[in-house]
Amino acid sequence: MNHGPYDWGRPSDDTYGAYNHQIAAANNSQFPKMNTQQPIVTGTSVIAVKYQDGIVLAADNLGSYGSLARFSDIERLLPVGDSTIVGISGDISDLQQIERILDDLQVQDSYDMEKPNLKPEHVHEYLSRVFYNRRSKMDPLWNSTIVAGLSSTNELVLKYADLLGVTYSSPAIATGFGAHLAIPLLRRKVETEEDASKLTEEEAVELVRNCMKVLFYRDARSIDKYSLAVISQSRKKIDIHKGLRCEDMKWEFAKHIRGYGAPQL
Amino acid sequence: MNGINVDINHLKKGEVNLGTSIMAVKFDGGVILGADSRTTTGAYIANRVTDKLTQVHGTVWCCRSGSAADTQAVADIVKYHLELYEAQHGAPPTTKIAASLFQELCYNNKDALTAGIICAGYDDKEKGAIYSIPIGGSIHKQEYAIAGSGSTFIYGYCNKNFKSNMTRDETVEFIKTSLSQAIKWDGSSGGVIRMVVLTASGVERLVFYPEDYVNA
Repeated sequence: MNHGPYDWGRPSDDTYGAYNHQIAAANNSQFPKMNTQQPIVTGTSVIAVKYQDGIVLAADNLGSYGSLARFSDIERLLPVGDSTIVGISGDISDLQQIERILDDLQVQDSYDMEKPNLKPEHVHEYLSRVFYNRRSKMDPLWNSTIVAGLSSTNELVLKYADLLGVTYSSPAIATGFGAHLAIPLLRRKVETEEDASKLTEEEAVELVRNCMKVLFYRDARSIDKYSLAVISQSRKKIDIHKGLRCEDMKWEFAKHIRGYGAPQL
Repeated sequence: MNGINVDINHLKKGEVNLGTSIMAVKFDGGVILGADSRTTTGAYIANRVTDKLTQVHGTVWCCRSGSAADTQAVADIVKYHLELYEAQHGAPPTTKIAASLFQELCYNNKDALTAGIICAGYDDKEKGAIYSIPIGGSIHKQEYAIAGSGSTFIYGYCNKNFKSNMTRDETVEFIKTSLSQAIKWDGSSGGVIRMVVLTASGVERLVFYPEDYVNA
């Protein structure tokens, strides 16, 4: 008789063969479970800047599959409630997962029939915890996000959260290529919070639209169609403009360029 | 390990890539070469107004794709040899000769080069002629040729829409529409569409801006 614990209640080896110990180890791997190890369909930069009466955000509508410009209709600025926008770059499948997470948040906020209370500071804190905990499981949501909105005291919130659980706040924030190309342009107008309090809405929109044009010039994973959101303190609302195009682009000078070195026809 | 294992490292560190959509099409009066104008280092557009249509002699030109440095170096060498050819023979070289020189360089230096070249031109002997020299250094004479990363998206379109002996204007529209689609889908292609028309009358350069071709 075999009284060993692994063989309790088990038919003898003649029936099913020797015990396959890999079965017990299936959920007990010494390696962490890794899902998203590389982003596949991706969104590029999201940019945002504070101005005197609110915040302007923008993100283009492209979902790239490597270098293939696969999907031209992706909306990457997500409204949450009536007080927050979340702009998301990085993996699109994880963007859609975040959409579901934010939806759940809104649903939970609607329980108990009290008036809606979900604010940008709550959304940001929650998202950043989700990001950090996923990274600690080595199973990240491969995104960089910007959360913007009007707080419970009608103050401006503009914060960043990403796949590593990194968070920070600044009057000008951008992800992806925008961090290299747009932030210097945004900071020319908005170096400090004080500068932001002097920037008008018109100037802010023009600044962001100019940055989107520069990104279309220089980012090989961008298109010229984008969405732009304006969060206004005085109007206490959010407007999202969709299907915007890059305008006033300079291309005509190209006709004078010939060859690459020595003079050529 | 079994077999021969070679690491084909495409671009050297920091090297610049002609992402690219290029093509050349034969028509009733000669050939037309076409190209986008984007040069990338990874996802950064190093040059958005590049000229990828390069003259190697009179009415013999080439479209360059792959490494910018490699293709410039090869084109410069071919240009030198063709200049010497005319001096020594008293007559301009044919497109075939230029293509053969390209092929010799690309084949014998295949380990060191990343160059995809379309050599096309007009000469009195063969009228319009197009030779494709892909990576590896083989040579292929064709009625029309497409190359570069963006070309993958227009194989079907070009196959169905190319006709022999089109008029000059039909050919310009065919190239414009084809490259417009290549640019639309390929992140490594973009900017303006440059064309060069090569006929018995000589050389004519054309440029089309995004507003012109985006709805072609």
